[in-house]
Amino acid sequence: MNATIIDGELDTFPKLLARNAIKFSDKAAYRVKEFGIWQTWTWTQTKDEIEALALGLLALGLNEGDHVAIIGRNRPHLYWAMTAAQCCGAIPVPLYNDANAEEMAYVLEHSGARFVIVEDQEQVDKVIDAQETVHGIEEIIYLDKRGMRKYDHTHMNAYEDVQAEGLAGRNRLEPIMQERCAALIIDSTCVMLYTSGTTGRPKGVVLSNRNIISASASSSEFDDLNAGDSVLAYLPMAWVGDFIFSIGQCFWTGFCVACPESTETMQTDLREIGPSYFFAPPRFFEGMLTTVMIRMEDASPLKQRMFKYFMSHAKKVGPAILDGKTVSAGDRFKYQLGNILVYGPLKNTLGMSLVRVGYTAGEAIGPEIFEFYRSLGINLKQLYGQTEASVFITQQPDGEVRADTVGVPSPGVEVKIADNGEVLYRSDATFIEYYKNPESTADTKDSEGWVATGDAGFFEESTGHLRIIDRAKDVGKMSDGSMFAPKFVENKLKFFPNILEVVVFGNGRDTCTAFINIDLNAVGNWAERNNIAYASYQELAAHPEVYQTIKSHVEEVNISVAEDSMLSGCQINRFLVLHKELDADDGEMTRTRKVRRVIVEDKYSDLIDALYSGATEISTETEVTYEDGRKGSIKATIQIEDAKTVARKAKAA
Amino acid sequence: MNATAESYVTEDGRTIGAPVMEMKNITLKFGGVTAISDISFDIREGEIRAIIGPNGAGKSSMLNVINGFYHPQEGEIWFRGEKRKPMKPYQIAQQGIARTFQNIALFKGMSTLDNIMTGRFTHMKTNMFWQAIWKGPAEREENLNRDIVEHVIDFLEIQAIRKTPVGRLPYGLQKRVELGRALAAQPKLLLLDEPMAGMNVEEKEDMSRFILDVNDEFGTTIALIEHDMGVVMDISDRVVVLDYGKKIGDGTPDEVRNNQDVIDAYLGVAHD
Repeated sequence: MNATIIDGELDTFPKLLARNAIKFSDKAAYRVKEFGIWQTWTWTQTKDEIEALALGLLALGLNEGDHVAIIGRNRPHLYWAMTAAQCCGAIPVPLYNDANAEEMAYVLEHSGARFVIVEDQEQVDKVIDAQETVHGIEEIIYLDKRGMRKYDHTHMNAYEDVQAEGLAGRNRLEPIMQERCAALIIDSTCVMLYTSGTTGRPKGVVLSNRNIISASASSSEFDDLNAGDSVLAYLPMAWVGDFIFSIGQCFWTGFCVACPESTETMQTDLREIGPSYFFAPPRFFEGMLTTVMIRMEDASPLKQRMFKYFMSHAKKVGPAILDGKTVSAGDRFKYQLGNILVYGPLKNTLGMSLVRVGYTAGEAIGPEIFEFYRSLGINLKQLYGQTEASVFITQQPDGEVRADTVGVPSPGVEVKIADNGEVLYRSDATFIEYYKNPESTADTKDSEGWVATGDAGFFEESTGHLRIIDRAKDVGKMSDGSMFAPKFVENKLKFFPNILEVVVFGNGRDTCTAFINIDLNAVGNWAERNNIAYASYQELAAHPEVYQTIKSHVEEVNISVAEDSMLSGCQINRFLVLHKELDADDGEMTRTRKVRRVIVEDKYSDLIDALYSGATEISTETEVTYEDGRKGSIKATIQIEDAKTVARKAKAA
Repeated sequence: MNATAESYVTEDGRTIGAPVMEMKNITLKFGGVTAISDISFDIREGEIRAIIGPNGAGKSSMLNVINGFYHPQEGEIWFRGEKRKPMKPYQIAQQGIARTFQNIALFKGMSTLDNIMTGRFTHMKTNMFWQAIWKGPAEREENLNRDIVEHVIDFLEIQAIRKTPVGRLPYGLQKRVELGRALAAQPKLLLLDEPMAGMNVEEKEDMSRFILDVNDEFGTTIALIEHDMGVVMDISDRVVVLDYGKKIGDGTPDEVRNNQDVIDAYLGVAHD
């Protein structure tokens, strides 16, 4: 079952490109919606575009081994830029396009990129800002010409002009390009991706052709992905998953990658494209479910009754049918009827009618949310992965899908649990090194190639599935010596639609407390229905009725936490609803929206003290950073609420 | 600001040309009320020209005069070197003057796309016969116009609401759609009647950005009425100030800001 790549054959992206241009010549490779119409490039055209850009980059003087930074939303042209850089023997380094100038400056400096390829004026401005401190950048290439007329163009070029220049010098430059392509081997660096960095500075993960192509090949085989599939590329280009889906697997299988028109049109574009292979973080599925439920509340009574009736039936038999288990003929018939009346139209609205393989990863997903999609007949599965593993560590095979595990080791990956409970893995796809950071490399990857994930987990004996408990670093002890696993409690709370984000404290203390962020979408809708007026997030968050609702959620979770003999000490005694949403621009979260615990603890130390001091309210002032980098501050008086806890059960229970 | 100079280059590198529109001694009366009395000013090619003044100063009336909706009893309007004869608003639209309205005047039940398409109406040449047959010239024309409209949608970043009925959109977005409709006409001169009225700070910033971009990218001459002084002073090249139907100031934002008559009109004068 293990697809392998053979040294010397199809072991670099230029080779895969050449193969695809012949094998899939007139088949669609990339699509993007522009000016209201889906524009399509076939594999032959894709090859022409990539080569033209590569020739242009050579004309501009791109050297072998240079880093080329790529910044922007998902656009075919930017994906091509990655392969074009490889065709010149250079290494693409995609960056998070929503990073602010300071974060961008760090990565640009660290990677030493000489060429930067960006989407539009906004990104050009950030790069120019960064150039105050970063001096290695020699050429900026931009895709969208809007607003760029008056910039100093001594070291700046439009993407299409670079391509035109490259084509003009084809006879001169093509031999150089061929030479550079031929020099690439299986162990050449394919791409460098920066980790989002929950702690400290981002690290540059160096991945070779062997890593990326073997991960793409074996994962494509695992789910039988083929040239007929299609995906929607909407996740950040700097994230390893997007690189694997939109370039790795796309080049390996020849399937079509579609890019949405803009971030806001993603939902519409999803419906129009109807991808057969789909990936989204749990947050996305939660958001979509919340939207469905809000809209159902506005539907006519008949529709509401139909929805409730058939959804409860789907909940009963849907997952079983999906897994191919035996279900009575009557139930099957009723499910089919439901499919015509409810599930089908709903899936169509969600843009998921054609999804054959769907994945969610990055965080735990709420069991109810997970079951909702599966009961509709959407084959949603979980995987566990990391940048350092070229995504795949474990994934769930069809028919063995559950909400509480992350599946079995992916093909070609060995996984073991260290003595301290940490999950370790190794495979062909494990990364080469952290760029310019041998200490971290040595800390993470041992001499035998085992990589430490930093997550604590265990294998279920009966099924061989891996279960993740928490970040190993975050697992601590409470003052009475019982285990403290914040993620465990946080995830339970986050499964409530009203709660967007939670940070639980309690390491080394007697009791646990929590910061809570409400979900403005869900709570705002509730407020509208109950005629509660509010002007801002802060005002809604402080509303007494909102507090009561959140309190009931916390108490419900406490009951469920108390049932776990090991973690019953993690019940939340006191909590507060934060006056602002945790935000990546303020450094409180990573760009992939994971909470930076240390920074939150430090920044809101006054609030934490208040949680443990027994005070009923606290006044605070918080600095916030706006999207354009300006700073402001928010003042607030925050209430602190006590929550009922359940007496700890005896260990024997 | 030298009025005799044919053209000059602004600090941010835009070229401002000769006057495209000159209002000479305009007087407009409604019965016994004199809305505008003896006002003269010009609008130069490529500039952003603001018309400001307290409530009832005659700003909207002035815009309606430029727009051809009102016909002044006295005075001359010169557009592109020619004295303008009395015209109907649609004829003026055909001359390349488009506008937006103080109170949004969109077709609420129609989608954003259809609303902006109406901005192309004056450019459509096929008659009802061809429209009915559809295939051939009418279809080609529709595709051409749709292309122009899609560029406007892209420019204003409203792709996500392309198919949404405008009645369902928030106020700030409706204003943007209205600007889109005016832009779809590809005007030489764009008249904006309080483009930022009722907006929050963020919406105002966006709108200011779009106005500057329109002027910069397409070289469109813009005349606007606005109450938000911060915005006016930031984005306009020259400002004309009206009060009780009279012109009390004209010049760059700095000149106007320091003009004693203007300060008095806005802050009031002590009666002693």
